[in-house]
Amino acid sequence: MTTVSTRRRVVNVVAQAGAVACTVVVLVPLVLIFGYLLLKGCSSLSWSFFTQLPKPVGEVGGGMANAIVGTLTLVGLACSLGLPVGVLAGVFLGEYGGGRVAWVVRFCADVLAGVPSIVIGIYAYTLVVLPMHGFSAYAGGFALAVIMLPIVARTTEEMVKLVPSTLREASLALGVPTWRTTLWVVVRTARGGIITGIMLSVARVAGETAPLLFTAFGNQFWHQGLTGPISSLPVQIYTYAISPFDDWHRQAWAGALVLLLLVFLTSLAVRVVTRGQVRSVV
Amino acid sequence: MTNPETPARAVEWPVPRAAAPRLARRLNLGDLIFRALTAGLALLIIAVLASILVVLIYESSVSIRTFGWGFLRSSAWDPVFKEFGALPFIYGTLVSSFLALLQAVPLSIGTALFLSELSPRWLRAPVSFLVELLATIPSVIFGLWGIFFLIPWVRSYLNPTLAATLGFLPFFQGPNYGVGMLTASMILAIMVVPYVTSVTYEVFAAVPSVQREAALALGATKWEMVRLAVLPYGRTGIIGAVMLGLGRAIGETMAVTMVIGNRAEISASLFAPGATMASVIANEFNEATYELYVQALVEIGLVLLIVTVIINALARLLVWSVAGPDANTRRG
Repeated sequence: MTTVSTRRRVVNVVAQAGAVACTVVVLVPLVLIFGYLLLKGCSSLSWSFFTQLPKPVGEVGGGMANAIVGTLTLVGLACSLGLPVGVLAGVFLGEYGGGRVAWVVRFCADVLAGVPSIVIGIYAYTLVVLPMHGFSAYAGGFALAVIMLPIVARTTEEMVKLVPSTLREASLALGVPTWRTTLWVVVRTARGGIITGIMLSVARVAGETAPLLFTAFGNQFWHQGLTGPISSLPVQIYTYAISPFDDWHRQAWAGALVLLLLVFLTSLAVRVVTRGQVRSVV
Repeated sequence: MTNPETPARAVEWPVPRAAAPRLARRLNLGDLIFRALTAGLALLIIAVLASILVVLIYESSVSIRTFGWGFLRSSAWDPVFKEFGALPFIYGTLVSSFLALLQAVPLSIGTALFLSELSPRWLRAPVSFLVELLATIPSVIFGLWGIFFLIPWVRSYLNPTLAATLGFLPFFQGPNYGVGMLTASMILAIMVVPYVTSVTYEVFAAVPSVQREAALALGATKWEMVRLAVLPYGRTGIIGAVMLGLGRAIGETMAVTMVIGNRAEISASLFAPGATMASVIANEFNEATYELYVQALVEIGLVLLIVTVIINALARLLVWSVAGPDANTRRG
């Protein structure tokens, strides 16, 4: 009968306790951030936050109605530009993705997903803001679309690959051309998963600040068309957070709470709908 | 490196390939168009990545010609006298990211080990959900929290404690503002942890259970099993996960900009304010009033892009070699 020496037993217990401690330490900031945000945000949030424009310095009150509309507009623009490209590129990777070209595309998509968002801001500034001679909602939407593209493409690929090949075979056996099989059978079957990926990418870009600083710029009023500067929640939070005014700080907390709820509810919905099959870390 | 073919994928196109295909079917116009369309859009991803590089090189060409390689070695950053050098920002990026990893990597590996080896089944899903929740918080909210919670805490508790105990080291001397390199690295660590944890967890999950059982059968304790079977097997993947985290930390902009203090100076003290490549662009791009100033900022963006692309490329290759190309998006 062999016995485990005391030293080995102690090391074992210490190591396991260390792993548990690590997990606790990792979760502490999460609790602190959520707690502080709820504490500060709830007390600053009011009905006028959703309905009014920002007030000038010195006047108490006002809201971020323009920023909320602005964020929705920017995300909408990004979707209309980034989703068709992302989804169809993902279909290519999933359906015809065995070769060397697809490997390179997959690799480039992952690298593109790692490009700092501030660099994508410079890219959009050069390609859209400079030719149009001004900050615009289009430029902001373009920057967000570039960020969205690799995320949507890779999740769509995953979802398309999960479709059982018997479905494709059944459709092809009925004489349906391959492209119609792909669109009407494969993409339809994978629809839920593809929408999930889209929602994850929306949650990601809705909180982006850096690429909007010198593309969409920001606006204290309602935006005048899509060719002019437009306000957004993250940029407004940033501007207010680094300002020296207490009232603006309160607005920033309220904005952060709204933004986080927006992002968080999206991710939570994804989590519940897919029962955890798709992950938010891309 | 190619995607491992599952049996189901092997019989992908049975109809056209099995039967002798008639010419008409092989040249189905719709198929050709659809395939060309999707392939073209997929190639667009490569084009976007390549054009980002081209645009940044083009937009910084004057700065590149003016300063040459000296741009990377000079620590002069003085827009008034039109002197630009990227060294303070390269230094700030490297130091803040390195310090962030120093804090984040042990925590992440510990958490991943807890999730994959120790946690009871019912606790695994909630804990990994909470860790991933950390990754969904927008950067600007980390920055806001940093300004109003972390900075006051660092100023009144952490920095005085460090100065009192480790003050003989040059890293923990000098005026205590609260903002600075140390605070930035802490925010970065919190932001990087979910990425490193999640990928490391994937890697641990990819370790065959036969390896674990073999170690246990030889009489190893749980920790010895981890040390002998899990960690060596996942080493490549862990390095990949750490590099993915490094890529995140280097490119992270808003939260760092809000807590690092934004001063273009190199200082040995971690209490001192600094600046990173990303933070200087975020801070000064809209205020750059003349051509060369903008170009210098774009060149910093170019350096940032090249560094992150190299790190991300290496990281992907390392992670793919362990857990396959789908490791990050599908549960293992």
